[in-house]
This record gives sequence, C-alpha cells and structure tokens, in this order.
Amino acid sequence: MDPALLAALAIFALAILLGFEVISKVPATLHTPLMSGANSIHGIVLVGAMLIAAGAHEPLGYVLAFVAVAFGAANVVGGYVVTDRMLQMFRRREPGRTPPADGAKPGT
Amino acid sequence: MPGDTIYTLVFFCWLAGAAAFVVGLHRMNSPATARDGNRLSAAGMALAVVATFAYLVTRPAGIGTTALVIIGAGIVVGGGAGLWLARTVKMTAMPQLVSLFNAVGGGAAALVAIEDFLRVVGTSAETISTSIFVVLGVVIGCVTFTGSLVASGKLQGLVPGRPITFRGSRLLTIGLAIVALGGTALLVAGAAGAVALTPLETLLVLTAIIAAALIFGVTMVLPIGGADMPVVISLLNSFTGTAAAMAGFVINNPVLIIAGALVGAAGAILTTLMADAMNRSIGNILVGGFGTGDSGPAAAGAGGGGTVREISPDDVAVQLAYAQHVIVVPGYGLAVAQAQHSVRELAELLESRGVDVKYAIHPVAGRMPGHMNVLLAEANVPYPQLKEMEEINPEFGRADVALVVGANDVTNPAARSDASSPIYGMPILDVDQAKSIVVLKRSMGKGYAGIDNPLYADPKTGMLFADAKEGLEQLVAAVKQV
Repeated sequence: MDPALLAALAIFALAILLGFEVISKVPATLHTPLMSGANSIHGIVLVGAMLIAAGAHEPLGYVLAFVAVAFGAANVVGGYVVTDRMLQMFRRREPGRTPPADGAKPGT
Repeated sequence: MPGDTIYTLVFFCWLAGAAAFVVGLHRMNSPATARDGNRLSAAGMALAVVATFAYLVTRPAGIGTTALVIIGAGIVVGGGAGLWLARTVKMTAMPQLVSLFNAVGGGAAALVAIEDFLRVVGTSAETISTSIFVVLGVVIGCVTFTGSLVASGKLQGLVPGRPITFRGSRLLTIGLAIVALGGTALLVAGAAGAVALTPLETLLVLTAIIAAALIFGVTMVLPIGGADMPVVISLLNSFTGTAAAMAGFVINNPVLIIAGALVGAAGAILTTLMADAMNRSIGNILVGGFGTGDSGPAAAGAGGGGTVREISPDDVAVQLAYAQHVIVVPGYGLAVAQAQHSVRELAELLESRGVDVKYAIHPVAGRMPGHMNVLLAEANVPYPQLKEMEEINPEFGRADVALVVGANDVTNPAARSDASSPIYGMPILDVDQAKSIVVLKRSMGKGYAGIDNPLYADPKTGMLFADAKEGLEQLVAAVKQV
C-alpha cells in the first residue's frame, strides 16, 4: 500500500481515539451546545471544497465546486455563530440569589 | 505539491487548526470554559481556511481566475446565509438550524468526493483505495444530507413529526442498501481491473449509488418520531464528521481526516450520552415507530380512570404567593409558546414576595438535551436557579407547589411504577412528591410517548388549561392582585 495512505490511516485511527476521549462527563446542559460545536468543526470540509475548486476546469466541476464551497462556508460560519449565541447565555452571573442586572425591564 | 516550502507552512497551519479543534472541543465539556473553547475552535478554523487560501494563490501552479471567483462567491454566499440564519433564528428553532447546517456539511463532503472522482475516473489515479474512500464519502455524505433535512423538517413542522411508515418501506430500505453495496463492489472491481468499465459506465454506477444514498437518508429518518430527533441529529452529526474524514482521504488532506475523525468519534459518544439521558437505545430509535400509540390501550386502562380537577388562575396565584418553596418544571410546551420570559417574570414576582423559586430541568426538557437551559438563560433566569434532575428530585418532597408548564412525559409517575408503560424506566422528575401540583397545559392531549399521565388524576393536582404563555401571564396578573 501507498505509504502516504498508511500514514493517513494511522492519523485517522488516533484521531478517532482522541474523539472518544475528548468528550467525557459532560453535563446534560451542554449536550446541545457541544453537538453544535462539533457540527461546526466538520465544516472543515470547506478546506477540501476550496482545494477541489482550485482544480475545477469544466462547467459541471465549477457548479459542484461552488455548491460545495457555499455549503461548507454555511456550515462553518453558521455553526460557530449559533454555538456562540447559545453559550453566550451561560455567561457567569453572580452566584447565589443576586438578580440579573438587566432583569429590571418589564417582560414582553 | 507536497514538498515545497509553502505547502509545509500551510501544513503547519492546518495542524495548528486541528489542535485548536481538539482543545476547543475539550473545553466545551464545562460551562465555565465552553464559550472560550468554541472561540478557540473557530479561530483554528479561520486559520485553516486562510492558510488554504494563501496556499492556493501563492503555490507555483497558481490558481485560475474562475476558480478564485468560485471560491470567493461560494464563501460570501454560503457564509452570508449561514451568518444570517444563525443570527436571526429564534432560540426555540435552533435545533432544526443545527440540523440544517449538518445537512449542508454532509452535502459538501459528498460533493468533494464526487468531484474528485470525476477527475480521476478513467485515469491511472482511479485506484482501489480512492474508489473505496470516494464511495464511503459519497454514501455517508448523501445519507446525512437528506436525513438531516428530513430531521430539520420534522422539528420545524414541515414534515409530520409522527413516525411515518408505508407498505414496503422496509423492503425499499433493503433494496437501497443492496444498490449502494452492489454499486460499491462494482466500482472497486472496476478500479482493480477485475471488471472492464468505461468511464461513462463508472459514472452511471456512481449516480445510482448517489441516488440510493439520498433516498436512504429520507427513508431512514421518516419512521422515527419527533421526540427522538435530537438523538438522530447527533448521530447524523457524527456521520458528517466521518464523511468529512473520507473526503480527507480522497483528496489526501490531513486536517480533514483529523477534524472529521474527531467529530465522528465525539459525535458518537455524545449520541450515546443523549440516548442514555432519554433511556432509549440507539437501535430502538433507528428501528423507529416509538409513539405510534400501539401500547396506548393498556396504559389508558391502568391510569385513565381518575377524574381531573380543574383550577382557576386566581386559585393558583394564591397557592403560589403563600408558598415557601416553588419548583417550576418547564417543558416543551413552554418552549413552543415562547413563554420563557413570562415564566421568569412570574418567578421574579414570587421571589420579591419571599418565595424560593427553583427550576427543575429534565435532561431532555425542550427539544434537545440542554435546550431548556439555553431558553431560560436567554430569558435571564439566573443560572444557579436551574437544577438538574438528580439534584432537584430529593427537593420535591419539601416543595409546596410544583408548577408544571407544558411538560408531560418527563413527569409521568408511570415511568417509575408501571412496568407495562412504554416509558417504564425512563428517569423522571418526581413531581408527584410535591405537596401540591399545578399543571399548566393546553389540553388533556398526550405527550410524545402518546400515553396517559396518572399525575393529572392525582387528587393533589390541579389542571390549569391554557397556552403556556397566556397562562403564565394570567398568573402574573393574578399574583399581583393577591
């Protein structure tokens, strides 16, 4: 087998083990943000789409490359922004019973 | 290309990006560091993308203007759409948006694999290993693409949330699997030279595989009930990671392999964590059909005989205002009615009268694990008041009033006591231990599990029939009058 492929397979196997270990005792509170955060990471396929787009040279290739880049970019940008929006809400408030500073405004 | 200095520099940027993903994901395990973790991961992504762009423009082979325009336009259009959706989506609709982003990620992975294959087909580069990784990337990517779209549609209400089955659906699924597997075998045999395929025939086989995978994604998710969608989305998320890794093998890119494998494995762990929280096995979920009501009659016979006591907002207000400990149990109905601000207003009003208010958060309250925390945090509910199930369950015995807002199955005592109940064994909130219980819900309608809730017939329980938001607003007004 091609040595480059063997090296890639080794990286793949180790990265899978890393993925199993990196998520451990997560409180249920964070399941959704964590899923969304992981979702943004596979947006890395955008890099693949860019590399493939650079080699496109006929109309079908152009169209496929454009859609792939657009899909990947939507995954990356949207994924990180929506995850950040979720996590922003976990911002630390004073422990104990202190009401939130901006809690004085009447409800809608 | 590999070997020159620019490529080496870019390679190190990719490696740094991959490291940022690992550390970022790890930091997302704890609420205190989660936001930093996500930002670190985003920075790694930005580095990887910028480095790739720099590599394409500076490499000796150069880049054509058309390709440059395609990449620029794709990033602007896709990134802009993603940014707009992510900033404007209501937090209640967030799960379906995550599923949508997952769909396009899977689609992109499949497209990368397809396009690479179009280029190598018929050349000496069409090897056995390329064919295997292309087919894996295409199949997994296409299944995630349509599967995530259906899951998103179910959560959005565009596709009915109930499990959809039709005659011969199982046969169709098997047929699709045979087409995909047979096609794969044919392509690999073609690459090995065992079968003589013209480039056109090869592409036709690939098209058949693509079509089978796309339909398979639909038939896989349709029979699964809406309540199980979070787990399905998480599973598809793991699939997309794997598809990205396969695309990485196809184009021989390390950062795609590392990041894809990372998400594939982490997503799989997360999926089992979520399924555990709902006491469901992944196998059961994928077989589908949960909540079709098949087991309804038995449950109805067991607990449906009691009478239900209706209660007025004024009575509830008096109970709440003179209570010492109140536990609010928010559920899916609260999320749908966008009532998180109203519940916070009621809680603050009660606290100003000296009532101790806590929120009992079931692991799967809302639409996804952790979704309810997000919704309440958005409404400025102080984080320390949100109590997880294990922490709050012993406190129900001391609570004067448990106010259940739009939650059903997660409060059903049958899960503890009735071995014939379909939700038997599911961890629930021990709401029935409270001194009195007020259930705010629209009607006597059943929850996702489609079964009766004996809690409602409990003599301690009063039912306040209203939309979650209207009901809470009535309570706020009534408490002010007390």
